[in-house]
Amino acid sequence: MAIMSRTRLVAWRVVQAVPVLIGIVIVSFLLTRALPGDPAAYFAGPAANAESIQQVRVSMGLDRPLPLQFISYVQDLLRGNLGTAISTGQPVIHELTTRLPASLELTGFALLFSMAIALPLGILAATRPNTWVDHLCRAVVTAGVSLPTFFTGLALIYVFYYLLGWAPSPMGRLDFLYFSPPKVTGFYVIDALIDRDLATARAALSQLLLPAITLGLFTLAPIARMTRAAMLQTLESEFIRTARAAGLPRRRVLFTYALRNAILPVITTLGMVFSFALGANVLVEQVFSWPGIGSYAVEALVVSDYASVQGFVLTMALLFVTLNLFIDVVYTLVDPRLSAEE
Amino acid sequence: MAIPLLDIRDLTVEFATRNGTVTAVKKVDIRINKGETLGIVGESGSGKSVTSYALLRILDRAGRIADGSIVFGGVDVGGADERTMSELRGREMSMIFQNPRAALNPIRAVGRQIEDVMIQHGLATRGNARGKAIKMLEAVRIREPEQRYHAYPFELSGGMCQRIVIAIALACRPQLLIADEPTTGLDVTTQKAVMDLIVELAAERQMATLLITHDLGLAASYCDRIVVMEKGEIVEAATVDELFANPQHPYTQRLMRATPRLDSQVADLLPVDDKRRASTERQPLGPPLLEVDALVKAFGSTKVSDTVKAVDNLSFTLHEGESLGLVGESGCGKSTTSAMIMRLLDPTSGALTFAGTDIAAISAKQFAHHPLRSKLQMVFQDPTDSLNPRWSARRSIEDPLRRLTHVNRQELNSRVSLLAERVGLPLHLLDRFPHQLSGGQKARVGIARAIALEPRLLILDEPTAALDVSVQAVVLNLLASLREQLNMSYLFISHDLNVVRLLCDRVMVMQAGQIVEEGPTDKLLSEPSHQYTRALLAAIPHPPAHANPNNISVATL
Repeated sequence: MAIMSRTRLVAWRVVQAVPVLIGIVIVSFLLTRALPGDPAAYFAGPAANAESIQQVRVSMGLDRPLPLQFISYVQDLLRGNLGTAISTGQPVIHELTTRLPASLELTGFALLFSMAIALPLGILAATRPNTWVDHLCRAVVTAGVSLPTFFTGLALIYVFYYLLGWAPSPMGRLDFLYFSPPKVTGFYVIDALIDRDLATARAALSQLLLPAITLGLFTLAPIARMTRAAMLQTLESEFIRTARAAGLPRRRVLFTYALRNAILPVITTLGMVFSFALGANVLVEQVFSWPGIGSYAVEALVVSDYASVQGFVLTMALLFVTLNLFIDVVYTLVDPRLSAEE
Repeated sequence: MAIPLLDIRDLTVEFATRNGTVTAVKKVDIRINKGETLGIVGESGSGKSVTSYALLRILDRAGRIADGSIVFGGVDVGGADERTMSELRGREMSMIFQNPRAALNPIRAVGRQIEDVMIQHGLATRGNARGKAIKMLEAVRIREPEQRYHAYPFELSGGMCQRIVIAIALACRPQLLIADEPTTGLDVTTQKAVMDLIVELAAERQMATLLITHDLGLAASYCDRIVVMEKGEIVEAATVDELFANPQHPYTQRLMRATPRLDSQVADLLPVDDKRRASTERQPLGPPLLEVDALVKAFGSTKVSDTVKAVDNLSFTLHEGESLGLVGESGCGKSTTSAMIMRLLDPTSGALTFAGTDIAAISAKQFAHHPLRSKLQMVFQDPTDSLNPRWSARRSIEDPLRRLTHVNRQELNSRVSLLAERVGLPLHLLDRFPHQLSGGQKARVGIARAIALEPRLLILDEPTAALDVSVQAVVLNLLASLREQLNMSYLFISHDLNVVRLLCDRVMVMQAGQIVEEGPTDKLLSEPSHQYTRALLAAIPHPPAHANPNNISVATL
């Protein structure tokens, strides 16, 4: 009974995402048309005269009315054709599929790192308020939000690469001594493991470590803070008192009763942090020469490469929708009260 | 004499606060024998709940047992280690709480919560826990226990949740059950069902019960002995009969007087020499003020078959200067009725004639600016939640004046002072915020705000439900006095017939959206004709009949 309604709710959430996607396609299309500048003039090059620009415009289909252009844009989209990047001459879709996994690998790993530290730290701080753990939590959170990522990144490079020599040179995803592993997921560490190439996997991981920690230190703060606040609030609620009065052991009260309730706001925070980190890791990518989607978008913007920008906006929007959908679904599965809403 | 099951001596509990140490419980002595039921009666802040938390050693982090000993079944609870304590808790002594819905884990199926306790104390294994949990649900009279096993607290009514809490508490057959206000917030008939269930299960299992309550009537109906606590100390301890026949301590006497009885008048709740007592004089009734005709509120889809009629064809007339009681249990439609009269909700059909105007024809949105709006005011159930926490008492009281009249600052101040005087709120409290005021003071702010625009009709929605009995006595007298001074009409909405009758000339009993019985208060209470009214009356716990509040002062002189 309850399971049926949950499945329906999840299906409903997926259906709700469809109009959002349609909206994104329309907005990303209109947004690029509204940008200043004439793509035809760029394509035609600096030596072109009015006539050759007009020729390019006709060949690109830009002389047609907007609705017709939109239809052919959607048709191209459905065929998986996002246009060609001016700067590299490569199809945008190709650029995106190689660069997006790099960003996802970095962000995902950073988030794993910050969760591994923030969750236990937040829980410990909540169960022992005003002890040294709590003070440590506060200090880490303050440091995490107040140190900019480019500074932590440079500091880490200085200490671990320059002074100690533990880390490899901060140049991209893999040292040039290794070949990139055959592409399966696009994540180098995972692909190398699939290929049973432990040396490459280790090399990719060691390249990943410093940038991931840099980004992780930054995302750690909101997660730890939210975990602590949610745990504190849950531990004060009456059902925790009931569980204690019933003689349930501390571990069970803490994890089965308190944490599962406190995790709900933490999941929301995680979703927000992930999407934020994905957009904001441009600085980290720049510092570590990481060939991610953030630095790609910045470069494309600088040279007014509209096809690339459009592709970037669309990809990010799609990613956010998927992520929010995922968070919604997780939420629905954790909290039975949501199934009763519809 | 046999060794008591529980022996508390000189228990003192302290709390560390920002303003230094506060002693919540002072030198308390309590003994309970096997199978006995003891009541701890006291008002908020008396330390009765803290005593029970100390007993289970589940005090907040800031609290600690500063002195005294607690011996339970030969075990020194005060000195026991945490392991011994978690074996005692739930297995030998367990507890049921006020506000049952909050006392259950909101995202864990209730059956699983019962299982957790049984598995923890070795009374069930993973394999057979489910069957045993379902048996437990049966024992607390939950229908369709197999289905309810999977239910979450939000899917169950308050009474059902309390049964689950009882099931958790009794799953391991403890020797002592502590019931901390187990029926506060429940309807009277549910209260009776829950209390009867506790007593029956306790008798069946030879269990001792510690009933913690603010309700003397409830304690008298179910306890063998009663301990009265005030400000952390026991002021009196006696058997029920002794206590009611001859209460010794002034606090007990005051409490007893303030508890409404079947025959008491509103002035009887306060001592004879109290200036706040309302006079019994009444203004004569005037012409009809509010006429409700065939009022219907339907919720649900547009299909007729799916709609639920929260209020079904309701008609009544309220005269000027009259007080009418609307009594019913939660979900009967009384709050929907008041929301429609206040024009917060649009009725599905029917007419509401207030002071000669059909206000049902004016939409809820427009009525907010209608001149009649100021003549219709409301006092809400929860004095805390109905005040803006970031507004001072003055700001709350002057709010309706600022919104619906045009008066300058100076006049505003003098009007607020006058209102504060009228409701007995000391002027120096006007600049305090809700959290700095007591429950009674907050109730006064709510009343002052409601009478600020000199309304002709005041809707009272359980105005004293959240207050201690002694505060309730004062507030009820205040409401009775204000009615005469300002010539207001009251529509008093409550689930408690005993309180409603103190203020009302006529009472209507509502069930499932319809009025099942209506009549003059005395007649309705002495000769109820409808079965539901009789059930409501029978469910109210009463202090022993021979205890007459007017004899108290004579007896102790």
